[in-house]
Amino acid sequence: MTQNQSASLRLKTGLAEMLKGGVIMDVTDVRQAEIAERAGAIAVMALERVPAQIRAEGGVARMASPKRIREIMAAVSIPVMAKCRIGHFAEAQILQELGVDYIDESEVLTPADGMHHVDKHAFQVPFVCGARNLGEALRRIAEGAAMIRTKGEAGTGDVIHAVKHLRSIVGDMRMLTVLDEAELYARAKELQAPYELVRSVAQSGKLPVPNFSAGGIATPADAALLRQLGAESVFVGSAIFMNDAMNFAHPDEAERRARAIVRATTHYENPAILLEISEDLVGAMKGLAAAGIAETELLQTRGW
Amino acid sequence: MLALQGDYDAHSRCLKELGAAVRLVRKAEDMEEIAALVLPGGESGTMLGFLQRDNFWEKLRIFAGNKPCFGTCAGAILLAAEVENPVQPCLGTLDIGIRRNAYGRQLQSAIHNADSGVGGAPLELVFIRAPRIIRTGPEVEVLARFDNDPVWVRQGMLMATTFHPELSEDGRVYEEFLRSI
Repeated sequence: MTQNQSASLRLKTGLAEMLKGGVIMDVTDVRQAEIAERAGAIAVMALERVPAQIRAEGGVARMASPKRIREIMAAVSIPVMAKCRIGHFAEAQILQELGVDYIDESEVLTPADGMHHVDKHAFQVPFVCGARNLGEALRRIAEGAAMIRTKGEAGTGDVIHAVKHLRSIVGDMRMLTVLDEAELYARAKELQAPYELVRSVAQSGKLPVPNFSAGGIATPADAALLRQLGAESVFVGSAIFMNDAMNFAHPDEAERRARAIVRATTHYENPAILLEISEDLVGAMKGLAAAGIAETELLQTRGW
Repeated sequence: MLALQGDYDAHSRCLKELGAAVRLVRKAEDMEEIAALVLPGGESGTMLGFLQRDNFWEKLRIFAGNKPCFGTCAGAILLAAEVENPVQPCLGTLDIGIRRNAYGRQLQSAIHNADSGVGGAPLELVFIRAPRIIRTGPEVEVLARFDNDPVWVRQGMLMATTFHPELSEDGRVYEEFLRSI
């Protein structure tokens, strides 16, 4: 890595450090972005449709309209992220030119390249990428991702896959710490990840970039569960502003949910506060059990 | 270490390396047995949401008036006397005016070097969506400047930086703070 690349990576992961212990919320317009900021979100993800809508409506999901993203950037003072399709470096170039604070190369959008991800070292703007396991996380970091999030199964309100992915990543990292040198080479081959990154994880027991969680988080208890399992922050997509794939929650209800998840993410180790937060909530997104989704309809299998 | 949200891990790591015992503060009661408080970088608006409930704000104001505190970035914004872009509540214990996100968005984040009041080699300054100190009161000592703007200030037992020493290898800013305890 050159000196420039390493300074650039420090600034990219530096912003991710600032986002730790908080909630990043999916929003589709200025009104939602303002609710998210008021409720204590540490950043918003500007989207055309939230994952639950994308799942229900079908069609090709692309980068959001730059006009919409620009309106959201003008409306709030917290960082604004936006998604590009997997491998779609031209969408990423447009988002960088627009000046968003983070780009999510996301499986929630329809992939643009079935083999290659974006070369994220080529960008000055930081990237976050999804991963289901340690190998996938390290491949994304090798490509220049400055933050990793679990993929989970977006738009379902079912947390089972986020839990599975986080347990897999954290468990595999823990195992690396007890391997000897010869075993690390073999393990790097199995993980299909660069040896240098595998070795750095073996030494520190953690990823070289912040490790967040996303995909199906719907309640304050879900956020606390993932924080306790090792997620440093959480992304909440459809569960704040949607009641189900077609109907929006009332704005007051959305704000209450948003505040509750923000508090739970900070006080994740305090059951008394978590109880108080959970008692104050009246509803949650209805959701879609991930076990009932056909293999071909899963979003998490996108990415290579 | 105020640990509502933000880069409190990075701060804790630096403080522990210098031998300090670190306790995380998430509720007002957590401040009862600590000698000094570090307010980390992050989103000041998010932290305000936690501080403005359960009497936390008043207790923190009293603490910051009597004990050593060190705020970086969002933490400096919380300690300030006036905040703009947008205007928001602040503790008012450190006599500075500060403007949020004054240098622009993430693409304007940068690493610079500058001489400082502690002498020695230039100090590394890591700026992330940094605020700008636009006014300093008569009691405020400026320990480092970048581009003429104060970036490291001290007033009695209170210290603040608009850059992030916790993201740097240079421990001198922390050493200076630990000396005041």
